Amino acid sequence: MIWVAFQMLTGDRAKYFGMLLGISFATLLIAQQSSIFCGLLLTASSQIYDAKDAPIWVMDPGMQFVDDIKPMSENELWRVRGVPGVAWAVRFYKGLGRARFGDGKFQQVMILGLDDAYMVGAPREMVLGKLEDLRQPDAVIMDERGYRFLWPGQPYTLGRTFEMNDRRAVLVGVCKASRTFQTFPILYTRFSQAVRFAPQERKALSFILAAPQPHLTAKEVALRIEERTKLKALTRDEFADVTIWYYLRRTGIPINFGTTVLLGFFVGTAIAGQTFYLFTVENLRQFGALKAMGVTNLRLVGMLLFQGLFVGIVGYGLGIGMAAGFGILSERSDRLSFYMPWQVMVGTGLAVLLIILLTSMVSLRRVLVLEPAQVFRA
Amino acid sequence: MADIAVRCQQVTKVFGDGEPVHALRGVNLEVPFGELALLVGPSGCGKTTLLCILAGLLYPTSGQVEVLGHRLETMSANQLVRLRMREIGFVFQQYNLLPSLTAVENAAVPLLIQGVPRREALQRAGEILHQLGLAERRQAYPHQLSGGQQQRVAIARALVHEPRFLVCDEPTAALDAESGRRTMELIRQVAVRPERAVVVVTHDARIFDFGQRIIYMNDGKVVREEIPHPRRG
Ligand SMILES: Nc1ncnc2c1ncn2[C@@H]1O[C@H](COP(=O)(O)OP(=O)(O)OP(=O)(O)O)[C@@H](O)[C@H]1O
Ligand SMILES: [Mg+2]
Repeated sequence: MIWVAFQMLTGDRAKYFGMLLGISFATLLIAQQSSIFCGLLLTASSQIYDAKDAPIWVMDPGMQFVDDIKPMSENELWRVRGVPGVAWAVRFYKGLGRARFGDGKFQQVMILGLDDAYMVGAPREMVLGKLEDLRQPDAVIMDERGYRFLWPGQPYTLGRTFEMNDRRAVLVGVCKASRTFQTFPILYTRFSQAVRFAPQERKALSFILAAPQPHLTAKEVALRIEERTKLKALTRDEFADVTIWYYLRRTGIPINFGTTVLLGFFVGTAIAGQTFYLFTVENLRQFGALKAMGVTNLRLVGMLLFQGLFVGIVGYGLGIGMAAGFGILSERSDRLSFYMPWQVMVGTGLAVLLIILLTSMVSLRRVLVLEPAQVFRA
Repeated sequence: MADIAVRCQQVTKVFGDGEPVHALRGVNLEVPFGELALLVGPSGCGKTTLLCILAGLLYPTSGQVEVLGHRLETMSANQLVRLRMREIGFVFQQYNLLPSLTAVENAAVPLLIQGVPRREALQRAGEILHQLGLAERRQAYPHQLSGGQQQRVAIARALVHEPRFLVCDEPTAALDAESGRRTMELIRQVAVRPERAVVVVTHDARIFDFGQRIIYMNDGKVVREEIPHPRRG
């Protein structure tokens, strides 16, 4: 009878495609929006993971997320270094600056200042040039996205110069860096250089990056640092989570995306549900005849659920495929961060399952209360 | 009792609880195996209601209903479903074929319900379509068939699982005179067998001569029975 159910479903092309449309539309919207949402969250925390050699981030206790800079005094570095279990602790500068180019144009940039000696937090991957060249006077390394933004269509050329806070900066390399919320070009430089590039501030120590001694975990050492210095010390993952949570709680991002996801859910349910209901009602006489001929209610439920699940699975496949296609396109165009983890796929699948259940529920009711004797009435 | 397929004693049926409708008011009836009985009478006299009770689709309000040796009023709903699946064939006025199944697939449905493998079911359905003169239309969909052809597919479907009891409600009502006669002829030729009883509800006087027994009903009762032709062996 499952075969009969399958024939009934696919035989009615218009309704079959209608249901597929509803489900795949809902899937597309839910998966795509969730993935962009995940991409944004990832963007929020990506700078933290870009500093891949820093297991512990130490900061002012008032800081709430990665872009909320409250500089510390130089003393704190020495106090952190004094905490037992700390293998090393180095300076890390993060701040905004203004670059002025030869043609008089200005551009806001994000300055990342690496410890002069250890270069902790250096770019993950160089595209052009060498990291060591950062030790040269006035040297900066720019991320490729920033380079393409400033000099669109031009090949990567080293040796370009511009001014930062009336000081000369020389481009010695181009590197990869994760996308950030600010979308400003990112400049890597030495800490001592960064302080000079940035607008004058009393304190310049944005973060202290630290590592635990080999026999200790980052978490243990972070706790010790907090105890001894009253600064905030977080492991890399904790800091990423804190940052993500900040955006979740304090911005309209979740509401925006949540609304669209819900919209997709309801519109999908409405389209699929309505079509499925119509399909059931149109086949009500046939279902009644099947009942008369000895099909139990249980088997009818099975047939309807099979029809629903089949549409659900095919529609889900189409929708996820389209969402993934969208993801690949946006990845290529580099406009939008798109990240579809398995949780998004499973979550979307569950949403589709819910749609199917809601959808079949209405139809099931109609078929279950149907009196088989009714088929003899015109 | 052995040759009686269907027997009713004092069967009543009351519909509704607000203002009760007495659809049947004490029906007594016997239909032997091997016979085609016509159930006739004016509109609203209770023919369809009686047919539904005989086919195990409705419970009687009171009285005894014995079909193929089963006392239907004592059986559970699930037992009735099983009885219908195995032993009863149905022909409806509106055919009620599945639109997205071909003729042969439609005819195979009762076997599929019983769990017969699809290949075998389709083969047996093909054979019975052949008997009904639809061999070359077996792959047609219902909407590609005339009313008479659709009703023949429905008859094939009603007989494919070799039920011992066939019920038809107004099988010719939607057909023109010629198709109606041809349909009844087929029912008589193909459906009537020594081991099977057939009950056909109709108010189409043109087909009365196909019945081996004509049961006249009025106002919820059997008022008269006629046996126009000598019964077959
Ligand atoms: N489900 C029901 N609920 C209430 N009344 C019903 C129901 N089914 C039938 N009736 C009533 O029972 C009576 C007998 O109906 P039935 O359909 O058996 O008549 P019929 O002889 O088949 O008529 P027709 O020739 O028009 O098909 C009618 O008065 C009808 O209105
Ligand atoms: Mg009737």
